[in-house]
Amino acid sequence: MKIEAGVLERADGSAYLEIGGNKILVAVYGPRELHVRRIMRPDMAVIRCRYNMAPFSVGERKRPGPDRRSVEISKITSDALRPAIFLEKFPRSTIDVFIEVLEAEGGTRCAGLTAASVALADAGIPMRDLVASCAAGKAGGNVVLDLSENEDKEGEADLPVAIMPRTGEISLLQMDGHLTPEELDKALDLAIEGCKKINEVQKEAIKNRYGENNG
Amino acid sequence: MIFVEDKNLVVPGDVLADDEYHTGRGTFREDNKICSSLVGLVAVRDKKISVIPLQSKYIPKRGDVVIGEITDIRFSMWNLDINSPYSGILPASDVFGKEKRDLNKAFNIGDVLFLRVVDVDEVKKVKLGLKGRGLGKFRGGILIYITPTKVPRLIGKKGSMINMIKDETQCDIIVGQNGVVWVKGEPEMERVAERVINMIEDQAHTSGLTDRVRNMLYELLGKEIEEEEEDVEENVPEPDIEE
Repeated sequence: MKIEAGVLERADGSAYLEIGGNKILVAVYGPRELHVRRIMRPDMAVIRCRYNMAPFSVGERKRPGPDRRSVEISKITSDALRPAIFLEKFPRSTIDVFIEVLEAEGGTRCAGLTAASVALADAGIPMRDLVASCAAGKAGGNVVLDLSENEDKEGEADLPVAIMPRTGEISLLQMDGHLTPEELDKALDLAIEGCKKINEVQKEAIKNRYGENNG
Repeated sequence: MIFVEDKNLVVPGDVLADDEYHTGRGTFREDNKICSSLVGLVAVRDKKISVIPLQSKYIPKRGDVVIGEITDIRFSMWNLDINSPYSGILPASDVFGKEKRDLNKAFNIGDVLFLRVVDVDEVKKVKLGLKGRGLGKFRGGILIYITPTKVPRLIGKKGSMINMIKDETQCDIIVGQNGVVWVKGEPEMERVAERVINMIEDQAHTSGLTDRVRNMLYELLGKEIEEEEEDVEENVPEPDIEE
């Protein structure tokens, strides 16, 4: 897994992430002036998130434009990031998060969320914690971590999870498939452990941007 | 108890200290612990811990002096871009008093002004003012944008850094607290100042910066002096540059 922060000049914050066969680029703009009065909030910033898959990111050309899955992922990503950000510090403004999947191989929503967290930190947006995300699941009868595309397609369950590592609070929990309560516990534990490891990579990526020696 | 040292690089969520300490900028308290909310360098003063962000937007504060550009003219006010998520309003009464006059006779769209932040309300509506020494419209010059948190570094202790640049390049330089810098002088000198300022922004978090800035200035100006003298004579002795 590799994460690099600050890869885009023009964006306020950005991150590039590679994990397995996934390649994801995230740009964050904000807080910035919000022109759409309808969604503006007088007491806090709003988060507008767009998850998009490039037409060339998958084997069969993905038609450009939002589809139901992209809209769903955009929503859950905003929801997963919202508890971490100090939105009250920026009334009447917006924080725009753009997640572009350049190459997909299963687990893109988790990778996108992980990278978005790094990009938000890179943009200097105050947060309670980074959000780290990882999926567990069941494939071939076993509870496993971070399913690949095949394991996801052929497997019995997929469980994307996101946590704020310091407190262990869960900000994303979804399940696709079938798990017994015991399997669920096991998968959740696995996923949380995975998230904590991913959090270490996130922190390193952010710090590396400014070099080892400083001050 | 404190878990980090002064000038450590921290990220959002890092635990900095426990209850003994007070929260400063860039930190928050949770469950008897003080944590960082930003990517930045730890600053410990007595029992107060702050995190100085490496990257941030300018949030207007009452009393700040800022440089803004006029973006809109309305019935009794101008709207200005002050390099922030929030735009600023300059009431016409600040310029005209009680008389009613055509606003664009005084300032037009695109004009750049040096103003004071008079008030910021709870929803961050920003009111600007021109009453004060040195405030007003800029003529000519160029604008350079830097991250607002690097402004103190650019100014230096008691203005040492910015004065060094002003003296060497013979330019007028005004630094707004919103990260906008106005520079006016000979065109080549303006460019030299611009390059130095961008370098300071890039390396603001490192040490030994003052010396590197001085060397960069001498290097760039050494070149400038050489170019000018070449125009005048054929054989020019090497310019004597002081260390």
